[in-house]
Amino acid sequence: MDDKKSIFSPIRTWKNLFKEPFTVSNYDVFESPREAADNYRGFHVNDWEKCVGCGTCGEICPTNAIEMFEIESLEQDVGHEPERPSFDYGRCSFCGLCVDICTSDSLNMSKEYVHISTDYNSMKFIPKENGIHGIEFKDGYKRDDVSDLLDLGRYEMKHEGVERKTSFIEIVKGFSREMALAESSRCVECGVCTATCPAQMNIPEYINSVYEGNLKEGIEWIYKTNPLANVCGRICTHKCEDACVIGNRGESVAIRWLKRYIVDNTPEDEYEEAALSYVTEKVNGKVAIVGSGPSGLSCAYYLSTLGYEVDIFEKNDLPGGVIRYGGPEYRLPEESVVKDIEMIEKSGANFHCNTMLGEDIQLDELKEKYDSVFLGVGFSYSRSLPIPGHDHEDVIGAIKFLGEASDYTRGMREMPDIAEKIAVIGGGNVAFDVARTLVRLQFEKYGETSVSMAALESRDELPADLEEIEEGEEEGLLFNFGYGPQSIKIEDGKIKGLSTKKVISIFDDDGNFNPSYEEEENFIEATQVYIAIGQMAKYDFLSEEMKDNIEIVRGQVQVKENGQFEKYPWLFAGGDIMRGPDIINGVETGHNAAKAIDEYIRSN
Amino acid sequence: MREVKLFLGPQHPGMHGNYSVHMYVDGDIIKKARPMPGMLHRGFEKLMERRTWMGNLALIPRICVPEPDTNEMVYAMGIEALADIEVPERAHWIRMIILELARITSHIMSFGGIGGPTGLYTATYLGIALRDEILDVFERITGARVYHMYIVPGGVRKDLPENAEEDIERLMKIIEERLEELKELILENPMIHARIKDNIMLPAEVVWELGVTGIGMRTAVNKVNDLRKVKPYARYDQVEFDVPVASYSDGFTRVKTKYLEIHQSIRIIRQVFKKMPKEGSVRAQISTGNALKWKVPAGQVYTAVESTRGEYGYFIVSDGKKMPYRIAVRGASFPQGLLGIEKYLVGHRIDDASLWMDTMGVCSPEIDR
Repeated sequence: MDDKKSIFSPIRTWKNLFKEPFTVSNYDVFESPREAADNYRGFHVNDWEKCVGCGTCGEICPTNAIEMFEIESLEQDVGHEPERPSFDYGRCSFCGLCVDICTSDSLNMSKEYVHISTDYNSMKFIPKENGIHGIEFKDGYKRDDVSDLLDLGRYEMKHEGVERKTSFIEIVKGFSREMALAESSRCVECGVCTATCPAQMNIPEYINSVYEGNLKEGIEWIYKTNPLANVCGRICTHKCEDACVIGNRGESVAIRWLKRYIVDNTPEDEYEEAALSYVTEKVNGKVAIVGSGPSGLSCAYYLSTLGYEVDIFEKNDLPGGVIRYGGPEYRLPEESVVKDIEMIEKSGANFHCNTMLGEDIQLDELKEKYDSVFLGVGFSYSRSLPIPGHDHEDVIGAIKFLGEASDYTRGMREMPDIAEKIAVIGGGNVAFDVARTLVRLQFEKYGETSVSMAALESRDELPADLEEIEEGEEEGLLFNFGYGPQSIKIEDGKIKGLSTKKVISIFDDDGNFNPSYEEEENFIEATQVYIAIGQMAKYDFLSEEMKDNIEIVRGQVQVKENGQFEKYPWLFAGGDIMRGPDIINGVETGHNAAKAIDEYIRSN
Repeated sequence: MREVKLFLGPQHPGMHGNYSVHMYVDGDIIKKARPMPGMLHRGFEKLMERRTWMGNLALIPRICVPEPDTNEMVYAMGIEALADIEVPERAHWIRMIILELARITSHIMSFGGIGGPTGLYTATYLGIALRDEILDVFERITGARVYHMYIVPGGVRKDLPENAEEDIERLMKIIEERLEELKELILENPMIHARIKDNIMLPAEVVWELGVTGIGMRTAVNKVNDLRKVKPYARYDQVEFDVPVASYSDGFTRVKTKYLEIHQSIRIIRQVFKKMPKEGSVRAQISTGNALKWKVPAGQVYTAVESTRGEYGYFIVSDGKKMPYRIAVRGASFPQGLLGIEKYLVGHRIDDASLWMDTMGVCSPEIDR
C-alpha cells in the first residue's frame, strides 16, 4: 500500500461538502427519538394477569436487581403468590436472563429505554403490562424456544406394561440416580408448592437434597413436616404438582416421585438416624390417640418427638388405617406402610390394636388416664346408595372390600369371594382402587376380567386422577361414565345386574344435587355390585351429652383451626373427621393437633 | 536536572480506561514509568465464583468493553469443553459472524482512535460514527448494543433475525466505503507518519520477553501467530483469510495492520454467509435442568481465542457444582499493558506515552480483572 498522498489530495476533501453529515441534529433526538431494534432489551413489562409471583426472575438476576414485592390487592391462590417483581434500574444490567427463565411467560422487555432522574430512589419500579412509566411501548426482547432457560419436560419413570393387571406388583418403578438428579435440577425452588401443600412440606429443600446428593438431609426435611414419607412418596394427592410453576409452560416437577426416590434410596441406618433426629428428652404428659390412620400417626410422631408418652388405639389387627387397608398393593406396597409405622414406633409411640373406641375402651376412661385425647377415627365406613336392591348381600361397600383385599395380598386371609361379572358404582380414586383390585383378583381366579364402572359424571368430569382413569382403561375396565344407577336387578335372590340411565344433568337450576336422566335404560350385567361413592364416620362412641355439644356438618366435626373442640379443651380431632378424606390433610391436621396438644398440656 | 512526576490518567483523553501511569520525566523524556492499575478492579474472577454458570454471562462481557464477545466466546468454549458438548453447526457460524463484527468494531474504534493522542479528532469521530453503525446491527441481532450476551455456553442465545444477511451485507458496504476515507485521513497523513513511523518500536526480543501476542507479535516476528490459523476454533478452518504480518513493528505498522485486518474480517463474514447451514439448531443444552441448576462436570480447561489485542484465554476450574470453582482470565494486553509500560515506556517522549498505549493495544479492564 502506498502510504504517500498525492499532491492533489487536499482537493479531495471538497467532496465531503456534498455528503450527508454523520452527526444527528438535536431536533431528531428530541422530536423523533430513534426507535430501538425489535429485539431490544429495554425496560421490563410484566403481565400481572399471567405472573404467578414465583420470584424465579429474582433468583437468576446476576445483579440482585429484582426483589419480590408483596401486593396487598392480590390474593394467595393455588400456584399464585401475591407478589410481583420490582426492578432496581440502578443495578439492572439488562441481560434479559429474567425473561428467559420466566416460568409464567409474563415477563418481557420493551423498546423503552429512557428514564432520567437525579433521585436514586426513583430508579425502582414494579413494571406492569404497560411498562414502568405506564406508557405503551412496542415489544422488545422476548424469550423463544432457543433462549428458554427452563427444562420443561419431565424425566418419566418406568411403568409396568399392561400385563401388570395379572399381579399386584407396583406399577411405577422408581427413579434411577441419574433421572432423579435430572428431575431435581428442573426445580426453581420458588416455594409456591410449599404454600399449596396442606402439610406445608419443605419441598424445594428436599428436592435440593436430591440435587446435592445428600439424601439423609432430604429425610430430615421430609420428617420435619410429614412422618408418612414412604406413603406420601407414593399415593399423595400431590397438590404441590398442580401448583408447580414449571407446569405453567411445561410439565410440573415430579415432586411426589422425588420424595419416593429419597425414601427408597437412603441407606437404612441414615434413614433411621434422620427420621429420629427430632426425638427429644421425655417430658411429663400422656396422650391417647384414637385411630392409627394418617392423622393419628402424624400426631403420635410429633408428640413422641416432643417427649410425650403416646398410646395409639386401633380397632383393626394392624395399625395404619386407610394406608394399611385402603391403598392397593400395586400403588402402595406393604413394606412402605410398614417402614413408616416402624419409624413412628421407634420414635416412642405405643400401639394397641384390636381396641375399638366405644366398645373396648370409652372416651371417659381415656380422659381420666391421659392428659389429652386425639380423635383420628377417619371415615372408615362406606356410604350406601339408596336404590332398590342395595341391601342385597352381594352389594359390597368399598372400604370393607379393600380391607379384605389388602389382608389377602398380605397373606392374612383367603381371597374375597369375587364374581365373574362385576359392576362398580363410583368415579373417584377409591372406585378405581376397587375396580382395579377386582380386575387383578378376577384375573387370578378366572383368568379373565369383567369389571364395569358406572358414575354420574362423564369421563372428563370424573373426580378421579387422570392417570387412574387411563391406567384403568388400559387394564380393561369397562366404562359407563355419565350413567346414573337406578336399581339393582335381583332375580331368584341373586343379582342379575345394574340398571342405569344416561345423565342429562347432575345439578338442577338452583345448583342442588338433583340428577335428571334420559328415559332409555342401559343395563350392566353383573352378579356383584360394589359401591364406592364416598365414606363416612360413625360417632357412636360419643356420649349423648357430647353429641349435643359437638356440631357435625356433612359428617365432619366442627373444631378450632388447631383441632381443639370448643367445649372440650382436652379433646382434639384431625384427619377425615375434620377436613374430609385425604392423606396429606390427615398428616397436616395431626401435626397441628400435636402442636396444640403440647401447648395445652404445658399450659395446664 | 530535577525529575518531575506527571500523571497520565486516570482522567485523560489519551488514556485507555480508568488506568494511570505515573511518569517521572526529565525534560520531555520519560525516565521512569509506574503503571497504576486497580482503579477498575471489580474482582471479576472472584465474583464469578459466586455466580451460576449462566449468571456469569452478565459479568464476563464487562471485562473488555470494546470487545465483549471474545469473553463470551472463550467462556462458552471452556464450559463446552468441560461438559463435552457438541455445539450445533449453525451456531459455530453465527459465532464467527459475531466475533468478526466485534473485531471490526474494536479495530475501527482504535484505528480511528489514533486521532485522540495525535490531535486528529476527525478520525476519532468518524471511527466512532462507523462503530455506531455496527452497534446498530448488533442491537438488531442480539438485543443490546455493547454487552450482547449472545454467545452462550452451548451455542448462541437466539437464531439470527430474518434479514440478517442483507443487513450485514449493507453494513459491510458502508464499512468498506468509509474505511477508505479513514485510510486517507490516517494512513496517508504526513502528520501521523511523523508521529508514529519509526517510533514506538516493539522489537522481537521484547515480544518474546514479555509474551506479547496479537498484532504486536505478528508485526514484530513476521509469523502468522493467529489462533484462528494456528489452533482454529468455531469454523475458522473452513474459511479463507490472510493474516497480515511484518518484521518491523513500529507504531505505524501496527495501526496499518488493524486496517488490513478489518478487510480480512469482512472477507470472513461474506464467506460465512455462503457456507453456513441455512437452518438448524443453534443451542445445545449444557446440562439438565434449568439455568439455576446447571452443573458442569469437574475438571479444568484453558481455552483461548484471538482477540484484537492477542490471545485471550480463560482458565476454568469446575468442581462439578453449579458455580465455577475458579476462573482466571488471561487478558490479551496484560504483558504490554503492565510489564511493557514499566520497562519500555522509558526513553520515550511525554507526548508519545498516549501513542504507546494506543498502538500497543491496551485495554485496561482486562489488566484489572
